[in-house]
Amino acid sequence: MNPETNQPISLARRAWNIRYKSVQMGAVQGQGYVGQALGISDVLAVSYFHALTLRPEDPEWEGRDRFLLSIGHYAIALYAALLEAQVLPEFELETYGTDNSRLPMSGMASYTPGMEITGGSLGHGLGIAVGMALGLKAKKSNSFVYNLMSDGELGEGSTWEAAMSGAHQKLDNLICIVDFNNQQADGPSTEMLSSEPLDKKWEAFGWFTQRIDGNDMDAVIEAFDNARNHEQAVPRVIICNTKMCKGIPFLEEREITHFVRVEADEWDKALNVLEEGKPA
Amino acid sequence: MNMSRRLSKWEPRKPVPAEERQLTSAMIASLAAEGLPTVSAPFGQALAELANEQKNIVGLTADLAKYTDLHVFTQKHPERFYQMGMAEQLLFSAAAGMAKEGFIPFATTYAVFASRRAYDFICMAIAEDNLPVKIVCGLPGLTTGYGPSHQATEDVAIFRGMPNMTIVDPCDALDTAQAVPAIAAHNGPVYMRLLRGQVPSVLQDYDYKFELGKAKTLTEGNDVLIISSGFMTMRALEVANTLKADNISVSVLHTPTIKPLDTATILKECAKPGRLVVVAENHTEIGGLGEAVAMALMKNQVFPTLKQIALPDEFLDAGALPVLHDQYGISVDAMLTKIKIWLNK
Repeated sequence: MNPETNQPISLARRAWNIRYKSVQMGAVQGQGYVGQALGISDVLAVSYFHALTLRPEDPEWEGRDRFLLSIGHYAIALYAALLEAQVLPEFELETYGTDNSRLPMSGMASYTPGMEITGGSLGHGLGIAVGMALGLKAKKSNSFVYNLMSDGELGEGSTWEAAMSGAHQKLDNLICIVDFNNQQADGPSTEMLSSEPLDKKWEAFGWFTQRIDGNDMDAVIEAFDNARNHEQAVPRVIICNTKMCKGIPFLEEREITHFVRVEADEWDKALNVLEEGKPA
Repeated sequence: MNMSRRLSKWEPRKPVPAEERQLTSAMIASLAAEGLPTVSAPFGQALAELANEQKNIVGLTADLAKYTDLHVFTQKHPERFYQMGMAEQLLFSAAAGMAKEGFIPFATTYAVFASRRAYDFICMAIAEDNLPVKIVCGLPGLTTGYGPSHQATEDVAIFRGMPNMTIVDPCDALDTAQAVPAIAAHNGPVYMRLLRGQVPSVLQDYDYKFELGKAKTLTEGNDVLIISSGFMTMRALEVANTLKADNISVSVLHTPTIKPLDTATILKECAKPGRLVVVAENHTEIGGLGEAVAMALMKNQVFPTLKQIALPDEFLDAGALPVLHDQYGISVDAMLTKIKIWLNK
């Protein structure tokens, strides 16, 4: 419940909280992949506060839905979601990226409760997700495996090996989320190694495919519901077109790069901008 | 002994006050020590210059041109640059293909991705055919605090096992710039460890020139012989200067070519009596320069007192780079401490 309104906390507010916490963590380090975090916050809010079954006090509970962060550099965003979900205690936000923290800059399973896999080396998540989905089926579990990956990872051959396998194995418990922000280290993904037409590729690989505006909360909710309730025995993919730095206009308008530069005096400014748009 | 200081992931951490925080040095790692002059992107500059004369040089990358200094080449020779996308297996297969068509490809990525992900593709497409592909890789050894996904602590061990592969680990900006034409001229595959961005330059103060396959004595001393490669040579020189105050004289033998090893020079230097021999490398203690030197000595019945300064055989922590270098024993201070203990001083 939201103590201010005595109402259940809206998904819009959850997304806002994830954005706010991400920027707060960026401020701790004076750097971080906040551009990606701001873009994916709506998807994470729907994942953690609408779709996923989990027990915050028991992050390794057998009955949980698995959420794999294939993109280790998005850890700042997932930490924000885990803090918001109370898997991690609030006070640890300030340890982000500092020496000996549980919240290192890149997501690793051995460091952080709730971090299912070690990302960072890209193109690993979907293959691991296939294995976990197979394992859950073998155990007769009803849990879903979610794999959050980036459009850049579509360049890796391992992604498509796993995509082919997911359909071949009829993994209807596997939901892949592709964050299509059209940005990778050297420039726009579509100019590095284009994956378009992306929805047609996933369809051809045998996946139930949806492509949505990943910053449109209603669209994200609907797509997650469709993915979970789809009746055919095929894996599901949601391609989310997102905007880097979403929610902070002065950063949205900046020349977007993989590692968005935020000057020392801009962190507070970014938090103030967010404050102005705080949802109920 | 596990050297990680990491606590269990189930143990919450208390924040430390802002002024006491040691921050992760992430991708933008700087090895520059205070007071050392630096050169910007020495690899990119040297390659762009060489390509002016040598028209068959091409540059390829897997989404890391900006992060491997290849962008300097790209700006000068855009028509000879190929962005392969985030696809390292393709990067090296395609580099092999271009080499077969008469080009000299310089293919760049991070050391972890070349050595771990693309190994089979480099081995069969490039090394087996002995093609002149130059594999130039950022973040070798422990040069980022980002964690094991980007810390290539075993890259030399991996590539030493590959037939036909030459391995080069330059010390500084000068060494890197001189190595570029030398490896281009070598008719076969080369793996070069890259220091990027603002790279310190120290070797101009020594009578030194890079020669592929040669180890060079930079400074002479009677008490200790340090055999080193990469930026550990920079550290070794600082150790040598510091120990002068303690009346300890240190010889530094810089060994930028790890394979093939300059066994003749190493044997000659190690056979000089009365010196503690220390191999210093930015690499796991397994399978790198230290083991290569040890085996060369054993095979040739040269038996000095041999010590190794190297990273432990474990996945290293994420954190601030200077803290990690101290923790894992490859900082100047850590080296000084160990060498004094070994000398009983």
